[in-house]
Amino acid sequence: MTSALGKDLLGLEFLSSEQIQLILDTAEPFKEISERAIKKVPALRGSTIVNLFFENSTRTRISFEFAEKRLSADTVNVASSGSSVQKGETLVDTARNLEAMRIDMVVIRHGASGAATFLADRIESGVINAGDGTHEHPTQGLLDLLTLRDNLGDLKGKRVCICGDVLHSRVARSNIWGLTKMGAEVAVCGPRSLLPNAIEDFGVTVFERIEQAIEWADALNVLRLQLERMTSGYIPSSREYNRVFGVTRERLDRAPRDILILHPGPMNRGVEIDSDVADGPHSVILDQVTNGVAVRMAVLYLLAGGKPELAEAAKGNSR
Amino acid sequence: MPEHDSEKKTVLSASAVERTLRRMAGEIVELNDGTDNLVIVGIQRRGVQLATRLCALIEESEKTSILQGSLDITLYRDDLQTIGPRPVVGPTNIPWGIDGKNVVIVDDVLYTGRTVRAALDEIADFGRPARIALAVLIDRGGRELPIQPDVVGKQLTIEPGDRVDVLVDDLDGRTAVVIVPTSGDAAP
Repeated sequence: MTSALGKDLLGLEFLSSEQIQLILDTAEPFKEISERAIKKVPALRGSTIVNLFFENSTRTRISFEFAEKRLSADTVNVASSGSSVQKGETLVDTARNLEAMRIDMVVIRHGASGAATFLADRIESGVINAGDGTHEHPTQGLLDLLTLRDNLGDLKGKRVCICGDVLHSRVARSNIWGLTKMGAEVAVCGPRSLLPNAIEDFGVTVFERIEQAIEWADALNVLRLQLERMTSGYIPSSREYNRVFGVTRERLDRAPRDILILHPGPMNRGVEIDSDVADGPHSVILDQVTNGVAVRMAVLYLLAGGKPELAEAAKGNSR
Repeated sequence: MPEHDSEKKTVLSASAVERTLRRMAGEIVELNDGTDNLVIVGIQRRGVQLATRLCALIEESEKTSILQGSLDITLYRDDLQTIGPRPVVGPTNIPWGIDGKNVVIVDDVLYTGRTVRAALDEIADFGRPARIALAVLIDRGGRELPIQPDVVGKQLTIEPGDRVDVLVDDLDGRTAVVIVPTSGDAAP
């Protein structure tokens, strides 16, 4: 059972540019389904999908759930609190027990980097990574790519700067992999304490000052300052962070061109991004959320199928 | 389209397709008793091209404009689990309400009837038309479901393994209907 994407979606690092292109192109017609009066098609009727969320999430979990329901899949949500995880059950045991109830796919969010891959190696069901530690968040990367493509066209040669807390950000990693594969030029900008060591090895430009990034970029993907992951003093204070690295109207007004503003949410308004930027004319933050459902529908649809080689044989044969 | 297709047999030439569509356009208007409430919906992809042509012919003869939509039935197929997803899903475009309308579904070839079954399901998710009719350029027999066309361009009897390809100018560079023997590997 391999689909055009394989069994799992674990990270954009493992996809080819053709596969990424396929997902984005497949997401395109799925946008229309969410505009219908009856927002539902029967493509995944009878499939059972478990959303296994070991970390808090509003956007991603609900977006996956909408995507699953709009494809007519049956869904079950498992949160770590209130489940046997609290009694000390291991990740693999939880998943194997779910699998014993005959499920088709698991969407997993977990605080440990590599948790999705670990699980995918040990169960037969398809696994979709909905964010693992500071590693990857592939569907977020894909919806960012789709939103950028909607607004900028072909991404080849487009300049995208990822701003802020790159160190703790799985979104940043998925973006860097996805954007570079699609031929975009990628930069990061943030305080050195919040950039990983050897970030240059990813093939990205590093800007020390937000003004340089704004001067250079076609789009800024502004990351959330992940205060909950900061165990020691990475920055002096959020106020000082805003003063030095905040994406503000005044700074954007000095840009040589209109800059598209993305943010994966949830936003710390007045810290990494000011309200008049987040709600401003070049913000596509809510378009990202809309596109998120379409992208996740595309991923689920592409992963769900049986054998694509049989599709050839069936062509012209089953009109 | 490659021109070295000697084993391909042309059933309808470009001018024959045009004549046939002209007759079908007339029959659609007759069936519907005019063009009031008429909505023409093509099935992706070649059904859409044929629907566009039919609409133009009806608009020309009836001096009125016709609502035209398109359907992609990929997500309504009953064989996703066996054949796997078809990567390319085309757009569905039915932007107006279809409650109480007379919908005519247009497709290029009617074979097993499964595509039409899926199209009926999809249309039901958009509303409740007064009636739904089916117009196809080619009826090749071989039905697996109790579905029959209301307007037919041409009926053909074809070996189960063989394929009928409807070629349209926009996608294939020429207009024709050809029969491709089993060994043929060109995708429709």
